Amino acid sequence: MASRRMSIIVVSGVRERLQMAAMVASVGAVSGNEVSVFLSMNALAPFLRGAPGVAPPDGEFGAIAATKNVPSFKTLFEQAVDLGGARIHPCSMAMDVLALDRAKLEPWLGEPLGLTKFLDDARDAQVWSF
Amino acid sequence: MSEHKVIDARGSFCPGPLMELIAGMKLAQVGDEIEVLSTDKGSADDIPEWIRKVGHDYLGSREEGGVWHITVKKTK
Repeated sequence: MASRRMSIIVVSGVRERLQMAAMVASVGAVSGNEVSVFLSMNALAPFLRGAPGVAPPDGEFGAIAATKNVPSFKTLFEQAVDLGGARIHPCSMAMDVLALDRAKLEPWLGEPLGLTKFLDDARDAQVWSF
Repeated sequence: MSEHKVIDARGSFCPGPLMELIAGMKLAQVGDEIEVLSTDKGSADDIPEWIRKVGHDYLGSREEGGVWHITVKKTK
């Protein structure tokens, strides 16, 4: 099975973008790709430890999806880690701005990462942004 | 001895049925057959693609009353 490296940058806090990012990360990871996710800006708050896997919709689709049995983006990201070996890193800058320490984030997230390291890791990878 | 296991993912939308299948595959033994039940048409199209991509045996799909039965044999 061909494998590729996938680097996914998520900065949006709206449901549709978080959902699509989670779908790409989870399906990409369980399909044999090496997946790395970088959570920054508004995308970080939903990953506070114990926060529900919900986010405000950006439009009609997100509002409708909230009423259906669509897997939560947090569940999909966690499955990307557990089933596909993905690495999901909080952005160290966003943690500084929001005054968060590692213990306040979900335990299945990886270590905080700076942009320089993420960009270095993303070299030669397929890059997705949400 | 190989087993035939059924995963009921009816009512879940993509990629829920696929992820439930993969979680089931992790627990299965080589040679086991796993049948996923899904009401999501997108998953009925997508799951066979995943099976082929990762190299398990796709044993077929059939639709009965709006429920797709997708069967895979774990090969590795």
